[in-house]
Amino acid sequence: MNPNLEIPQKYLRPYLHFSDLTKEFQTAGGDPFVAVDHFELRVAKEEFVSIIGHSGCGKSTVLMIVAGLESFTRGGVFLDNRLVDGAAPDRGVVFQSPSLFPWMTSFENVMLGVRQVYPHASASQRRDLCCYYLTRVGLGSAIHQRASSLSGGMKQRVNLARAFALKPKLLLLDEPFGMLDSLTRAELQEVLLEVWNTEKITAVMITHDVDEALFLSDRVVMMTSGPRAKVGGVLDIDFPRPRKKEEVIERSDYYKKRGVLIDFLEGGRSKGPGVPARLALSGTRTFLNGVAEDA
Amino acid sequence: MAFLELEDVSKSYGQGRDRIEVLHGIDLEVEEGEFVAVLGFSGTGKTTLVSLIGGLIRPDRGSVRLNGKEVLNPGPHCGFVFQNYSLLPWLSARKNIDLVVDHLFKDWTKSKRRDHVDRYLEMVHLSAAAEKKPRELSGGMRQRVSVARALAMNPQMLLLDEPLGALDAITRASLQAEISKIWSRDRKTVVLVTNDIDEAILLADRIVPLTPGPRATLGPIFTVSLPRPRTRAEFNEDPVYKRLRNDITKYFLSFRHGTRDTEADIRLPNIRPLEMAVR
Amino acid sequence: MTKTNSEEWIRQVLFKGGIPLLTFGIFLLIWSRASAGIQTNLGQVPGPGQVVEQVKSLAYEHMNERQKAVEFYKTQKERNAKKLSEDPSAQVKVRKYTGKPTYLDQIGTSLRTVFTGFLIASVVAVPLGILCGLNRTVMTALNPLIQIFKPVSPVAWLPIVTMVVSAVYAVPKDWLPKSYVISSITVSLCCLWPSLINTSIGVSSLDKDYINVGRVLKLGFFAKVFKIVLPASMPYVFAGLRISLGVGWIVLIASEMLAQNPGLGKFIWDEFQNGSSQSLARIMVAVFTIGLIGFALDRVMLFFQKLASFGTEQRA
Repeated sequence: MNPNLEIPQKYLRPYLHFSDLTKEFQTAGGDPFVAVDHFELRVAKEEFVSIIGHSGCGKSTVLMIVAGLESFTRGGVFLDNRLVDGAAPDRGVVFQSPSLFPWMTSFENVMLGVRQVYPHASASQRRDLCCYYLTRVGLGSAIHQRASSLSGGMKQRVNLARAFALKPKLLLLDEPFGMLDSLTRAELQEVLLEVWNTEKITAVMITHDVDEALFLSDRVVMMTSGPRAKVGGVLDIDFPRPRKKEEVIERSDYYKKRGVLIDFLEGGRSKGPGVPARLALSGTRTFLNGVAEDA
Repeated sequence: MAFLELEDVSKSYGQGRDRIEVLHGIDLEVEEGEFVAVLGFSGTGKTTLVSLIGGLIRPDRGSVRLNGKEVLNPGPHCGFVFQNYSLLPWLSARKNIDLVVDHLFKDWTKSKRRDHVDRYLEMVHLSAAAEKKPRELSGGMRQRVSVARALAMNPQMLLLDEPLGALDAITRASLQAEISKIWSRDRKTVVLVTNDIDEAILLADRIVPLTPGPRATLGPIFTVSLPRPRTRAEFNEDPVYKRLRNDITKYFLSFRHGTRDTEADIRLPNIRPLEMAVR
Repeated sequence: MTKTNSEEWIRQVLFKGGIPLLTFGIFLLIWSRASAGIQTNLGQVPGPGQVVEQVKSLAYEHMNERQKAVEFYKTQKERNAKKLSEDPSAQVKVRKYTGKPTYLDQIGTSLRTVFTGFLIASVVAVPLGILCGLNRTVMTALNPLIQIFKPVSPVAWLPIVTMVVSAVYAVPKDWLPKSYVISSITVSLCCLWPSLINTSIGVSSLDKDYINVGRVLKLGFFAKVFKIVLPASMPYVFAGLRISLGVGWIVLIASEMLAQNPGLGKFIWDEFQNGSSQSLARIMVAVFTIGLIGFALDRVMLFFQKLASFGTEQRA
């Protein structure tokens, strides 16, 4: 291990910084349950980062902490140099379960947030904003349809539109397509990427799907299994953008990178001690269990 | 004549105006001892297909024949393994299998039946946990009991309906390896329904895609010419695997809805959101 | 409709309509046979035939009363007009017709009373339920009280309610008789609980993600309650209201009997005290009336409950 590891320029003052984040849950009599332990990650502006790991390893906890929906015990998360404390629309969240309000239409669901965040705009501007994003996600014909009558895929599109319409500083996605079948998932990944490409928002996504992580992200963060979950490794995905799924899978390095991720998930490396905080800073090389490997 | 034959099988649900044709014109031939994977997505009719093959429901058109005879009712000729284990929660693992064996092989002696059950518990590596109740077993273990129960019926064929869907990645991987090993020993005829491409490639001799519904039908057959035994680790290096995987992926990608009305005629208003004061 | 559609429809009608009719017919048969054998000190237990007779009798009495009321007012008007024509400064008395309330009047009173009680209960229970569901402290604080008072029967409440109402509402107004107030309050005390409990369960079991959406958008408390919590828990609230109305209707009859509110309860009580040869049959008419009205009320509430559920999912 090279102690003089250089941190690349763009991570020196990162847009999003998970700084030594620790989360403990109080148990009924006994030692506290340490879900996340010294989680350290730096994300540059406009970067798309995926986090993969096993169920219950604390990925969602980390996301909920940066969303402000969950408290933390030690350390902190800094967004644009401000400590994250509580939820706010500048961190848009796309949940896995279609958390749309079924008694409202798609339009009303998006408008709810827009009204909160653009009180200074005129009614017609707000209306245009909602319709614009709903159209961008492919729901132009279902703008005034009741949310309860939409399919799972359509509901997630509304979720995406709702998040993007708020123009958040940070887009947080918690296994957004986990409940959908592979075909709808592929479609929605493309929708997400397309809107993300034009909006240029920093994004952190949690996923179980290795191919999804490879297709969407600039970097994939591998989280070790809980308790005391931390960063187990970081994989750089330098596929050029804009990306098309059919082309990406044909790349010569696709399966190699895929192998690294699958190995981590299924090969038991996810149970390792994790990478020391310092080494997880940069993303240009892959670090698994402290040993630098070239991916 | 193939071991299992589906000829022009179609099945619809609903009445009158709401009638939906779920499966349309399914033709399939499975040889004895073959492992066939039907690959498809949720809601496309996979469970309907499995139910038709097993005789739980009858097709509206066409026929399902096992060994030449038409399949009209469910029975011990077909061992089912479903996604949600369906073990009786008040019986231990052993007793769940006993239930089936005692019923089917009434004319065997007690010790013969016990040995039979022991053999299959051993095969799925659950001899030590045989007396445990389902709620004391993990998801993977429950599924193994399900498999042992299905095999203990000595069925003519096994039908697996997304058996590993509810399990986590590590358990899924280890169970896939186990299923592969068990199958190599007995070489039963198996039809596996799954939505996991890698699982299909790991286990099957042939992969048959089910097109997205409604009116789902079977797509072109992909033969898996990788030698057995197969391990996941080797896959990433093997060009045959990569080619096969990409071909299947691209086949399914071709069903994406081509046109999306993403042409936003609406001009995006140039406004920034209010800076919400952080608490 | 296609051929299969109309065939299916006929089959459904025969199944859903035919079988209940058959069962009801068997019931009538058993009833008339059994009643023929039992003698009480009020005469023979009435069979279906006698009950129908009493229905006709009650209807006739109702029309009779109405006719008498009309005639009374007519004669009164004529008398007063004559008096005025003789002496324009004479004092005319306009008396109200004091006939006894008919069966239909009593049904009306019962319905009015139950709805008053139900409304009072709902107005208290639903907001309280929301608070309980939202705030665990409030729930822990109120739960013991709820659990203790929930099983109390209206019969036990009545003396207390009567005393309190008599003390507080010492001079009853004409249009708001004391018995009416007592009955309504007793009804609301008993049917408060299902609404309260169901509402709090509905609110507390709200999908966490809905609340999280509100948190991310930084919605205020009232915005959160009215835009998210209430609409989302509507199915539970309506299920609770439906149960409450059912309970209230049952409780009403007992409380009317004891408070002497001129409704169906009092009707049954009076008939029982009366002890005439038709009493038992009349009481049975009342039983069927109560049952049918209860059934109708339930269906109406079910209709509203279905409306409140968002199409696909139907909880409770």
